[in-house]
Amino acid sequence: MATKLSPKEYIKRPDHLTGGHRLCAGCGAGIVLRQVLMGAKDNPVVISNATGCLEVSTTIYPYTAWKDSFIHSAFENAAATISGVEAAYKSLLRQGKVQSDKPYKFLSVGGDGGSYDIGLQALSGALERGHDIVVLCYDNGAYMNTGFQRSAATPFGAWTTTSPDGKVRPGKTQQRKNLTRIAVAHGIPYVAQASPHNFRDLISKAEVAFDTPGPAFLNVLSPCPRGWRSADPDGMKLAKMMVQSCFWPLYEVVDGRYTINYDPKDRKIPIRDWMEQQGRFKHLFKPQFAYMIDEAQAYVDSEWDRLKSMTTLPGGGEA
Amino acid sequence: MSTTTEKLLAVTGNQAVAMAMKQLDPDVVAAYPITPQTDVVQTFSQYVADGVVKAEFVTVESEHSAMSACIGSAAAGARTMTATSSAGFALMWEVVYVAASLRLPIIMTTVNRALSGPINIHCDHSDSMGGRDSGWIQIYNEDAQEAYDATVMSFPIAEHADVRLPLMNMYDGFIISGAIGPLRPLSDETVKAFAGEQPVVRTLLKPEEPITVGPFDGLHGWYFEHKIAQNRAMEAALPIIQDTYDRFAEVSGRQYHHLMQYDMEDADVAIVVIGSAAGTARTVIKTLRDEGIKAGLIKIRTFRPFPTEEMARALSGVKAVAVLDRADSFGAQGGPLYLEVLAALYQKGVHTKTVNCIYGLGGRDLYPRNIEDVYRMLADAADGGDLPHSRVYLNMKGE
Amino acid sequence: MKWDISDIKDWGPGRHEPGAVIPEAGNARAYKTGGWRTNRPVRDDETCTQCLFCFFFCPDASVLLADGKVADFDLDHCKGCAICATECPVDAITMHPESEFRRKAE
Repeated sequence: MATKLSPKEYIKRPDHLTGGHRLCAGCGAGIVLRQVLMGAKDNPVVISNATGCLEVSTTIYPYTAWKDSFIHSAFENAAATISGVEAAYKSLLRQGKVQSDKPYKFLSVGGDGGSYDIGLQALSGALERGHDIVVLCYDNGAYMNTGFQRSAATPFGAWTTTSPDGKVRPGKTQQRKNLTRIAVAHGIPYVAQASPHNFRDLISKAEVAFDTPGPAFLNVLSPCPRGWRSADPDGMKLAKMMVQSCFWPLYEVVDGRYTINYDPKDRKIPIRDWMEQQGRFKHLFKPQFAYMIDEAQAYVDSEWDRLKSMTTLPGGGEA
Repeated sequence: MSTTTEKLLAVTGNQAVAMAMKQLDPDVVAAYPITPQTDVVQTFSQYVADGVVKAEFVTVESEHSAMSACIGSAAAGARTMTATSSAGFALMWEVVYVAASLRLPIIMTTVNRALSGPINIHCDHSDSMGGRDSGWIQIYNEDAQEAYDATVMSFPIAEHADVRLPLMNMYDGFIISGAIGPLRPLSDETVKAFAGEQPVVRTLLKPEEPITVGPFDGLHGWYFEHKIAQNRAMEAALPIIQDTYDRFAEVSGRQYHHLMQYDMEDADVAIVVIGSAAGTARTVIKTLRDEGIKAGLIKIRTFRPFPTEEMARALSGVKAVAVLDRADSFGAQGGPLYLEVLAALYQKGVHTKTVNCIYGLGGRDLYPRNIEDVYRMLADAADGGDLPHSRVYLNMKGE
Repeated sequence: MKWDISDIKDWGPGRHEPGAVIPEAGNARAYKTGGWRTNRPVRDDETCTQCLFCFFFCPDASVLLADGKVADFDLDHCKGCAICATECPVDAITMHPESEFRRKAE
């Protein structure tokens, strides 16, 4: 389980991402990656990144914002690509062909597109095979890079360009897929949900993930001002509210045992408080779609109850 | 001095290739099963289980992931091999192109099988022909011996500093992959020595020199230039492949060329073919020669890069040629091999009567009498007749 | 390793690394995104409690530290998103229009 250190300790770690990338001002992905990679301390890392905002914006030829080795091959295969890198490392290390003082760490990164949807198969295969890797999803709730199309991670009722609200439709009509539970179902040693507003929690979880032998999965909320139709400066503030409403619980699953890291208890806020501040939910505040917020709130509440019940099971619960 | 072992084995094409893989002992194999490639990978799995190879064997969950893992592995500086067929090749098509664009010397065996649909597990060349634009070196093999030899020759070609391209070796599904044929393998030492040491290249796994592989290169970038560089590497590969064939002849006694030619010195009529059908054609030539028809045969080994000069030279004295395609390009002037041969002839100013024969799709048998019919058609044309301008289908049912 | 791309605009097919590999990690530092800003962060050193939050929240790694303390903003790269100002618990960071600084320079 994650042990949080003080910010003063974390700043001693190298910063693995430079400025000069072309992510939007206020982009959650840049914040998430900087924090996650602090969890790798000063080990060399190889990052495999699915096509998407992060990949495209950080590696515009001839510039790269990555201080570590980085590979992008396609959209749906970040986890398969890193499986090959990790296999090569194991093979070459055995043969004495890798010269490195510190052990390499392997990170597969995708947005929710490259993790929940098109990337799900490769993600599942990599987790199932037990590679010594960390798989990270930066979840901003849509295919943002290609113009905010809906993904399985898009919140219920949200406007996206392929689930727009209109005269007869209220935005996305499906509840979110729970990728974190899917990861837990693979029986891997470490799974965690985190948010960059709570950086000590996030970095400590990333550290556990990198230090755990075998596969680890991190699902991290990633605010997107463009796709959420929110103000640039509000990313961390909104993330905090989304966690405080239990829409995005902070929790860990260690060898199948659940621990909730933050329970707002009587400071739990309704989801409408943060939905109000994101233009993608604007239509839900019209009278004819108000039922959507109620339905969304009921679902968040029942999922929160279910998560709490998982922590009471003796062996930990299966997702 | 030849160091060929004298031992003659009876093995399937797949077993022969697996044997070569064992002797090459790559660092990583990432593969997914598909008929009729399956026992290449299964045989290799047994080697892994018995600890006789060092490879890290990744049992990926699909062919797209197989090629993706190969890309990651090769970019990390590991000698990497895989195998597939048909729909598996089609599934990895996206990343097949990426592998070539990243200039990674991945070696893949593609056992030729028809693409769906209807679903059909038997031999034709539609799968690998679909990858002819991808930037991979493509070598076609007639039998188990050629397939084994090609596998042994792969790394020196693919890893050559002026090439650095992935390479795929093909042979016919079931006909060769699953049928027992003769194989004279080389000794382990010979294979290892021939494959040589992997040259030092850029790798993801050098802590003092991290690299970024697979960047975004957009509208105002250099995508065009990277593609031109790829084609130039292909062009550089042609003499390097022949050079490798020559060096291989020194250790094996078997001399390969881009085009393997049979009775072409004085041929009036010729067939151009790829794969196991060449064996059938060779038996027919004898019969025809006895009748006084000067028949010859060209079997293509090196398909990408295409040996244009050699093809034009080989056909320059021929009066009528039939190009046999075991694949088609629906709506084009003919099958893919036909189009390539015609382009080669036209580029080099060689005028000869040509006809395209489509055969063997979905494993449809090709009989000696079918080939005889083709040669007789060519002989008529050589005497002044015309050849059909549209496809001739060999051994079609019904009409 | 240092990769000299000063004349890359004129590079033909043979000049690039094979496969379009970028051999110099982190060279994006040389690409300035500071021009994206409309507003610039200014930190009041007296009010600042050195909590270091702004350092962890900057998407562009543009909060510069010296001796373990927040010292400056990397104006070559800061895009003016204002997350630092919003998250500062003691409001030590305020956002000012870029024009303010241009006028001063004039």
